Amino acid sequence: MSQKEVLKYAFIKSLPVLCSYIFLGIAYGILMEEAGFSWYATMFASVVVYTGAFQFVLTTLMAAGASILTVAVTAFLVNSRQTFYALTFMDDFNQMGRFKPFMIFSLTDESYAVNCSLELPDESGRTGFSSELSDTDRRRIMRPLAVFCWLYWIAGSVMGALIGQLIPFSMEGIDFCMTALFIVIFINQWEKSRNHTAALTGIAVAIICLLIFGEARFMLPALIIVSAILVFYNSKTAGRAKK
Amino acid sequence: MTAYILAAILTGAVVTFMLRALPFLLFSGKREMPAWMHQLGKILPSAIMAVLIVYCLRGARSDFAGTGIPGLIAAAVVVLTYKWKHSTFISIVAGTAVYMALIRVM
Repeated sequence: MSQKEVLKYAFIKSLPVLCSYIFLGIAYGILMEEAGFSWYATMFASVVVYTGAFQFVLTTLMAAGASILTVAVTAFLVNSRQTFYALTFMDDFNQMGRFKPFMIFSLTDESYAVNCSLELPDESGRTGFSSELSDTDRRRIMRPLAVFCWLYWIAGSVMGALIGQLIPFSMEGIDFCMTALFIVIFINQWEKSRNHTAALTGIAVAIICLLIFGEARFMLPALIIVSAILVFYNSKTAGRAKK
Repeated sequence: MTAYILAAILTGAVVTFMLRALPFLLFSGKREMPAWMHQLGKILPSAIMAVLIVYCLRGARSDFAGTGIPGLIAAAVVVLTYKWKHSTFISIVAGTAVYMALIRVM
């Protein structure tokens, strides 16, 4: 793949994130502006923190003058799920040299999902690329893709802080494009694999945890329980294979 | 930007980065990641995608009529259009349009 093709592929893959991050970013910028923070504080937060849900919480904490310790503990609780994301891309990121720290930094829910979708054959006819990416090309695409997503988030936040109040129509519900992307990636993974244990366990445990722990808190316990079940399942099937 | 705001934002940034980097910090250089964790990383994507989908539709628990039903219908639209056309673009546009329309009328 030429560098131009890599950039084009990365851009096309980033479009669902563009639609989500610009509007979510605008909502964040408006929230910061209404809480009395300057546009450059908004931009600074989006540049260095780069995590959707937690930045919204951070605004509330800062407006209330919460202690730095509270900020740290909240960041830990809200974002600890993202520790799991690195597990999938250890090998890839380790091959990326100078880019590795940025790849780790930019590992959000959305960039994780899009990176997962790179392995999948997708719209090969429409974009003119072959459906099977080599590992080298996949890693070359992941770099600009991560930068694009980060820039969308920053751009959206600054737009929201500066001109958010001027937008005449309600964009409520636009964030569903991210839900739709997650579903599409899920279906692709389902069609690609013969073993659906991970997918089915994920759905069942997530729903049960949602009912038990509630909307704000269910993700971390869900991921821990799913991981434990999958590790147990893996060891059992591996044991059976040995016999 | 006051020192407090700067400190709060930087704290959030450092904690978030450390969480994302944790597996890399634990298993770098000589210490290799155990095989079971490696395997887990390979099969986690579909489980994480499932959890994220439930996360996105979590409103169904508290506000079933307001965002729950529109979310579930729009999700069904995404599944059906994707099964039919296998185009990410068509499914995202159709699902989002249906969702945005439904939350305005319901």
